[in-house]
Amino acid sequence: MTAPAKAVDTPKAGVSAWRPGFIRSVPLRLSVFFICFLWTLPTLGLLVTSVRDPKNITTSGWWTALLHPFEANQWTLSNYQTVLASGGMGDAFINSLIVTIPSVAIPITIAAFAAYAFAWIPFRGRGILFTIVVALLVVPIQMSLIPILQIYSAGNLYGSFLGIWLAHTGFGLPLAIFLLYNFISQLPRDLFESASIDGATHLQTFTRIVLPLSIPALGAIAIFQFLWVWNDLLVALVFLGPGADVRVLPTALFQLIGSRGGSWHLLTAGAFITMVVPLVVFLLLQRAFVRGITAGSVKS
Amino acid sequence: MAVAQTERPGLSRFVLPIAGLIGLAVCVAGVLVLYDPHGGPNLLASIYEALGNISGATDLRNGSGDQVVAKLLLAAIALLVGVGGIWLLFICVGGLVSLLPPKWRDRILPWVFAGPALVLLAVFLVYPAAGTILRSFQDDHGQWTLANFAVMTQPDFTQILRNNAIWLIVGTGGSVTLGLIFAGLFDRVRRESLAKTLVFLPLAISLVGASVIWGFVYAWQPAGEPQIGLLNAVVVGLGGQPIPWLSTSPINVFCEIIIMIWLQTGFAMVVFSAAIKGVSSEVLEAARLDGASERQLFVRVIVPMIRGSIITVSTTIAIVTLKIFDIVYVTTGGRFDDDVVANRMFHEVFQFFNDGRGAALATLLFVAVLPVMYINLRNFKRQQGEG
Repeated sequence: MTAPAKAVDTPKAGVSAWRPGFIRSVPLRLSVFFICFLWTLPTLGLLVTSVRDPKNITTSGWWTALLHPFEANQWTLSNYQTVLASGGMGDAFINSLIVTIPSVAIPITIAAFAAYAFAWIPFRGRGILFTIVVALLVVPIQMSLIPILQIYSAGNLYGSFLGIWLAHTGFGLPLAIFLLYNFISQLPRDLFESASIDGATHLQTFTRIVLPLSIPALGAIAIFQFLWVWNDLLVALVFLGPGADVRVLPTALFQLIGSRGGSWHLLTAGAFITMVVPLVVFLLLQRAFVRGITAGSVKS
Repeated sequence: MAVAQTERPGLSRFVLPIAGLIGLAVCVAGVLVLYDPHGGPNLLASIYEALGNISGATDLRNGSGDQVVAKLLLAAIALLVGVGGIWLLFICVGGLVSLLPPKWRDRILPWVFAGPALVLLAVFLVYPAAGTILRSFQDDHGQWTLANFAVMTQPDFTQILRNNAIWLIVGTGGSVTLGLIFAGLFDRVRRESLAKTLVFLPLAISLVGASVIWGFVYAWQPAGEPQIGLLNAVVVGLGGQPIPWLSTSPINVFCEIIIMIWLQTGFAMVVFSAAIKGVSSEVLEAARLDGASERQLFVRVIVPMIRGSIITVSTTIAIVTLKIFDIVYVTTGGRFDDDVVANRMFHEVFQFFNDGRGAALATLLFVAVLPVMYINLRNFKRQQGEG
C-alpha cells in the first residue's frame, strides 16, 4: 500500500478503529448505562447515608430518601461534625496530610536521580543493579514488615512520622525508578550528546533538560504514589500504629468500624472524609494518571 | 545550548556547594526535630518562649495547648527537609564531586545519583526479604526448622490457601474479563469518557473506604426488620430471606472479591481501551470484509492483538489479589472461614507474636510472585535487547 493511501486509513488520534462511527443500538446504550449505574450505586448509597438523619438510617433504606428529596429536615451535616470532632477524623486528616506529602515528594526525587543515572550515566554494575530494581517491583511488602519493625523498635522510629516517610519511600522506590527510567531512557540521545559537547555536567543536564521534559511522567508517578500512601492501611498500622496522635485516616476509619460497627451514620461520613481528597485529585488529574498507567502497561 | 553559558569559572563554583552545606545543616537540625517524639511541641514551645508567651509554652510541654499548630509546624519542617533537603544533598554532593579531577568525578558521580535509592532499596527491601526468608526456617530460639511451613498442611491453613487461590482466580479473572468487555462496549458509545470515569473512579478509593461502602451494601438485619443494605433489600423484595453475606461461608469470600473487582476493573478497562485504540483499522476492515460479526471481531481479532496488555494487566492484578489484606482485615478479620495469607500473617505477627509463622506466610507470598518476577525480567531483557 502506498504511503498517502495509508495516511487516509489511519484513524485520527484518539479515535478507535474498533468504533466504526457511533453505533446507535439501543441494547448497547442501555447496557452501558446499566453498568455505569451499577458501578456508581454503592458510592451513591454511602454519600446519601452520610447526610441522612441517624434515626432514619436504621429504619429505612437510603434509596427511600431519594423518593422525597425535598424534605429538607431529613438531611443533616451533623454526622460529619460528630465524626470529625469526637470520632477523631479531623486529627487523622491532618496526620494523613503530614504522612502523605513527604512520602510522595521524597521517593520521587530520589527515584528521578537514580533513573537518570541508570539511563544515561554508564557505570560498573549498572545492568545488574537495574535488574535487581525490576525484580524488586513485585516483592510483597509483607516480606519487609518483620525485620523493618525490629529496626524501628531498636531505633525509636516506631510510631514516628519520620519512620513512615522512610518506609513509604523505600517501598515506593522500585516502581518510581522503573517508570521514570522507562521515560527518561526514551528521551532522544542527541539531547544528551549536545549537552555534553556544550560542557554541561550531569547535574546540569539533569536539572535543566531531563527534569523539565519529565514533568508528565513525574506527575503521573506522583498521583500513583499519592493514592497508594493516602489509602494505605497496612504500612500505617505496622509502623505508625493506632495512637490517636499519629494515626492516619484509614487507621481511624478502621478503628471506627471496630468501635462503632453498626453506626452507619458515622461510618459513612468517616469513609467519605477519607475518600474526598483522592477523589478530587483523581478527577482533576485523571488524564495524567491514565497516561501514566497506559504508558507503563500498553508497550509490552 | 543554554547550559554552556551558565557555566561560570572561578569562585562562584564554590558558592553552590557552600550554600548547600549550610542548607544541609538546617536540614540535619530539622531531622533531629522530626526524630524527637515531642519535637514539634517542644520547638513550638521554644518559639513561644522566645516570643514571651510563657503559659502557651508550658501548656505545650505538658501535652496540651496548641498541639495542632505544633503538628502543622512539624509538617512544614517535614516538607522543607524532605523535599528541600534531598535536593540540597544531591546538588551539594554533586557539586563537590564535580570539583574532583574528571577521572574520579566520572567514577563517583553515578553513585551520588543512584546511591540514595540503592541504599534505601537495600535497607527496606533486600535486607528484610533475606531476613524474612531466613526467619521462616527458624524457631523462636534461632534453631533451623521446617515447622513454620509444616503447619501449612493443617486444615485452617489449607483453607487460607484455598481462599487465596479463589481470590487469585476469581478476582483477577473477573477484573480482566469485565475490563475487556467494558472497554469493548464503552468505546462504541457517546460520552465514552464519562462512562469510563464512573467505572474508573473506585480506583481512587482506599480498600478500607471500599470495605465500608460495600459493608453497607451487604448490611444485614434479621428477617422482618427493614433491610437497610441494598443487596438484602433486593433479596427480600424478591421474596427471599435476608442473608448475612459477610458471615456466611463460602459466599463471604466472593462478596469480598466483588469489592476488589469493583476497584480493579476500571484499571483493566483503561489499559485495554488504550490498547484497542492502537489496533490498526486495516486489520479490522479486512476482517469485516471477510464477513466477521462485530462480536467475532472482538473475540478473534482484537483480543489476540492486545494480548500483551492483557498479560500485563493480569499479572498486575494477580499480585494485588495475592497480597490482599485490607478488605478481609476490615470486613470480617477473617473470622468466618474467609481468611487469607496476608491477613493471617498480620495476625500471627502482631497478635500472636509468632514471627516464624508470619515469616513463613510472607515467604509463601514471595514464592507465589516469583513467576511474575520472571516474566517481568524476561520482558525487560527483551526490551533492552531491542533498544
